[in-house]
Amino acid sequence: MELSNLSVRKAHEMLVNKQISSVELTSAVLENIRRLDPKIKAYLTVTETHALEQALKADIRLNAKENITPLTGIPYALKDCLSTRGIRTTCGSKILDGYVPQFNATVVEELDKSGAVLLGKNNMDEFGMGSSCENSAFFNTHNPWKLDRVPGGSSGGSAASVASGLSLFALGEDTGGSIRMPAGFCNIVGLKPTYGRVSRYGHIGLVSSFDCIGPLTQDVYDCALVLQTIAGKDSMDGTSLPASVPAYTSSLGKSIKGLRLGIPEEYFQAGMDEGVEITIQEAIRVYEKLGMQICEVSLPHTQAALPVYYLILFAEASANLARFDGTRFGYSSNHNFENVVDLLIQSRQEGFGEEVKRRIMLGTYVLSSGYYDAYYLKAQKVRTLIIEDFKSAFEICDVILAPTCPTTAFKIGEKKQDPLTMYLSDIYVVATNPAGVPALSLPCGFSEGLPVGMQLIGNHLSEELLFQIGYAYQAETEWHKIHPPII
Amino acid sequence: MDFSNKEFSSLIDINAVHYIANLIRLKIDDKEARVFSHQFSQIIEYFQKLTEIDTGDIQPANENWAMNNIFRDDVVKPSMSREEFLNNTPHHDGYFVRVPRIFDDR
Repeated sequence: MELSNLSVRKAHEMLVNKQISSVELTSAVLENIRRLDPKIKAYLTVTETHALEQALKADIRLNAKENITPLTGIPYALKDCLSTRGIRTTCGSKILDGYVPQFNATVVEELDKSGAVLLGKNNMDEFGMGSSCENSAFFNTHNPWKLDRVPGGSSGGSAASVASGLSLFALGEDTGGSIRMPAGFCNIVGLKPTYGRVSRYGHIGLVSSFDCIGPLTQDVYDCALVLQTIAGKDSMDGTSLPASVPAYTSSLGKSIKGLRLGIPEEYFQAGMDEGVEITIQEAIRVYEKLGMQICEVSLPHTQAALPVYYLILFAEASANLARFDGTRFGYSSNHNFENVVDLLIQSRQEGFGEEVKRRIMLGTYVLSSGYYDAYYLKAQKVRTLIIEDFKSAFEICDVILAPTCPTTAFKIGEKKQDPLTMYLSDIYVVATNPAGVPALSLPCGFSEGLPVGMQLIGNHLSEELLFQIGYAYQAETEWHKIHPPII
Repeated sequence: MDFSNKEFSSLIDINAVHYIANLIRLKIDDKEARVFSHQFSQIIEYFQKLTEIDTGDIQPANENWAMNNIFRDDVVKPSMSREEFLNNTPHHDGYFVRVPRIFDDR
């Protein structure tokens, strides 16, 4: 049996039944990383020694049968925007190359406590700005299904690592599809939780009012297990929600008969690849067969979601990235400067990549006097309308089904020179973040040999329902069990 | 430069690009500025779709869907030590962060 392709659930069973140890499992995945990662390039940093130490500690816990959680001894990876004490954290940017946080993100603390084993940090678009992982300051990550394709972004390294057995699960971060889109492109499951469900403390912020940390896993069951561990109120993040965390796996396997599946007409108008559409229609038929009631819903401001999303992103990102000044931490230009402003300018000039410069400049522009009302304020008003759209839709249906992306994974280099075309690939994933609602992306078939993902969008704090409905689909289909040929 | 004198226009010319770059402490050469000017104009033009939407009485969204003001007790906790902090500081003398001159003494 190939150890690195195990689901978290199966690996946990084997660990508890003493069929394997965490050191054996971790070593097998590390070996896989050595063999495959030179081709896929999912990792920016591999923490082999640290991982084996954690695995050894997990084995002690497992042997003593004390304090065992579903994640004890399970090797996982982290998107490199999540702070790790003593481990280089770059956020995919040269401006943070060499930065070693003095503290852990809350999610990392929680995983540490659960006994999970950190393998390393995944490649990503610089500061999360991108849909293809091509904006990493370090290198491109390749899609394990076809190496000349992008893995999606910005959590591309995390998705590629889970899809190719280079980690059993990963944590990514979704500002406007950055978990779901790569999950869709790589044939795995990815959840963008409700805004505030998971603490953002220790995440290097992109858009503080959109950012959500969430799991990337092989199946829905594993996704529920991981969310269970990382969700909850955190005193270090004022925006984290006090709502109690349900036992997410307990809804799995329950019938979905009679639940209402909303199909948003605006998502099925022109622009979707034929292969994607056929696959999504087939998924709808599966749900019909499972007894769900299919109903049409309307999200009238779907077309406006993309400009709203990007305008607010530009604005908040330009403010968030003002902290990188070349003095307190991170990259600092090595010239001898006469004054501090020159140091600041030169460090930012050398440290930020092109897409980051583009977005923070646009952010400064849309916040500038004379344009604030026309762009930023207008976007915040239309955001209200987007929130209302979802509210009205959830009066008619329990969850919404939509494609994750209009296409399958595109070729590396195909959209790099044309930022607007790249932005348009986010069309189906961006509306959820301004609205704060959760969405689960899961595999639903293939088009010309490449995976197609669909997303289930729910009302605020409906993760339990999303898991229940996603799990029912996976009990009926085999798509999520198909691994890329490279492994 | 005063943007407010312009019409609600999509055109961001090279001078505007340089001006914005300076505000955000970036240095852009003319070649880059030309590329950015073209791209910005294209992006902003696409975003003008929003002007078609009537938002007359609509309130701007609250940034957090569930809550407004969030308060907590002011509790004293240990903070990072000087040594730990300086581990990530590019230029320091072991005690202070070193930066080039801030005030002009001329």
